[in-house]
Amino acid sequence: MSMMIVTQEKAKRLENVLDKQLVSVGVSLALLIDEAGNVIVAAGNDNGVDTTSLAALAAANFGATAQIAKLIGEEDFSILYHKGKKDNIHFSKVGKDFILVTIFTDEIPLGLVRLRVTQVAQELLDLLSES
Amino acid sequence: MALIDLNRREIHCKIVYYGPGRSGKTTNLFYIYNAVSEKYRGKLLTIETRGERTLFFDLLPINLGKIQGLNIRIQLYTVPGQSHYRATRKLVLKGVDGIVFVADSLRKRREKNIESLTDLRNNLTEYNLKLEDLPLVFQYNKRDLISSSIPILSVEELEEDLNKDIGAPYFEAAATKGIGVFETLKEISKRTVKYVARKYIFGKQITRAQGGAL
Repeated sequence: MSMMIVTQEKAKRLENVLDKQLVSVGVSLALLIDEAGNVIVAAGNDNGVDTTSLAALAAANFGATAQIAKLIGEEDFSILYHKGKKDNIHFSKVGKDFILVTIFTDEIPLGLVRLRVTQVAQELLDLLSES
Repeated sequence: MALIDLNRREIHCKIVYYGPGRSGKTTNLFYIYNAVSEKYRGKLLTIETRGERTLFFDLLPINLGKIQGLNIRIQLYTVPGQSHYRATRKLVLKGVDGIVFVADSLRKRREKNIESLTDLRNNLTEYNLKLEDLPLVFQYNKRDLISSSIPILSVEELEEDLNKDIGAPYFEAAATKGIGVFETLKEISKRTVKYVARKYIFGKQITRAQGGAL
């Protein structure tokens, strides 16, 4: 894919999915980005986080770990998770070209985030592949 | 991969500064960052080692103004030039829409320039892209050293080594002083936006950008 076009309607629907499935359970920020590091949609509160840099680094991080995966004979690591003192960040692959980034505090169980992210991935992918 | 966001009315394009180590790719970005008003640029993100070498990439988002009511946002990336960072360079090239090749005018870096251009071709091939098909501009950097005693390559030699078969536009530059930096940026932005727009949105009808950094 060399070009992605997000219409207003598509953006709203994607945002709705992120809102309903992730922000509603307490995720502070959910970002859907592409593998080149562009933010497609965001939901939740960014609390002043520089989402442009975050998206670029998240995409690069994913790319780097995919190379590590190849070195040890894995195809890809489909999930990455970094734990902080207060905030945590979770990255998961959505289809081949997209990454879902979620930021959440310690009050939200990791298991719940992982469950929701998995559930939401297919829904997002369906919306993204609609023309 | 260019992204057209009709919701926020923005077009995002990715331009990558490529070239051998120490040729001045990051210097270009620093100069642009310092020269462009805050209104038109985002934060400069750099991931470098202690020796000021780029480790992964630098990123500078800038705003080029509007075309047909759409805001043009360009993300400028650099790659780490040192040859052993090939894997990271390839990652940064993912989704590229335009390339600036920053070549080093120092005579002793001649081989490195050629090697880096070959590496660029190889990396693009892995994404099924051809250098000739992409918007490309050469920048022959460090031209200010011509007045020093250090042996440097002539523009003709650089053209012969790198650009003979491609015929892309080139600019002479001294990035530390800002000479040629904006000329390069202007040309590659123009070409990239044209390429993206022509290919996907407006057909052949292109108007000049209104406002913005350039």
